[in-house]
Amino acid sequence: MSQTNGNRRRRLALIASKGTLDWAYPPFILASAAGAMGWEVAIFFTFYGLPLLKKKLSAAVSPVGNPAMPMKMPFGPEGFRQINWPIPNLLMANVPGFETVATKLMRKTFEKKGVASVEQLREMCLEMDDVRLIGCQMTMDVFGFKKEDFVEGCEIGGAATFLEYAADADVSLFI
Amino acid sequence: MADYEIAQVLDCSGLLCPMPVVKTNKAVQALAVGQVLEMIATDPGSIPDMEAWARQTGHELLLAKEEPGGKFRFHIKKTH
Repeated sequence: MSQTNGNRRRRLALIASKGTLDWAYPPFILASAAGAMGWEVAIFFTFYGLPLLKKKLSAAVSPVGNPAMPMKMPFGPEGFRQINWPIPNLLMANVPGFETVATKLMRKTFEKKGVASVEQLREMCLEMDDVRLIGCQMTMDVFGFKKEDFVEGCEIGGAATFLEYAADADVSLFI
Repeated sequence: MADYEIAQVLDCSGLLCPMPVVKTNKAVQALAVGQVLEMIATDPGSIPDMEAWARQTGHELLLAKEEPGGKFRFHIKKTH
């Protein structure tokens, strides 16, 4: 099925530690691509990354503290869409609803460009036999999440669970 | 003319990374060994990505070509 490294399959170990919409993409994109290449994958969802396992995803994006984030409109003529709106951080932080607007703009732009939604990417990961999604038990206890809050097919574990898996990984990334 | 028949066509036009790779892999899994899948994409990253996918999975990339109009055409033979 897949290329072997010595006599075993390649393995990817990811830690997803961030829960905003922009940071939700990399772990799911890498995991689904690796799964499609026949690799074994585990993503360990910890701290702010843990809510990415919740049944209903509510990842939002905040331009605050993301000074390089382009703020572009997903509609209108091409020239209008290319404009990068220079909105000062101080303003973003203080306008009620700004995060909602930024989140909607990012979702719409990604959808128009042909990027799969985080929900779709997560679903593909769940469909793959060798992609494991592991929720951090300690974070669950701290934030008050229950196993029932999470999607069907994920597991719960701790640092030792992840490290044992990652010890034999060919690629390990902290995201 | 190619000396093989296309068993199935998969259109990934308009889809960006990682969808062409993920969908192609799914489609190839459903084929019988020896059958050829044709995949069409518009993502310019699909050529290096499909080449990497083929090296990793061991399936044979018979064709990976950019065509006029921003289309990329791939022929993939299931080898195992």
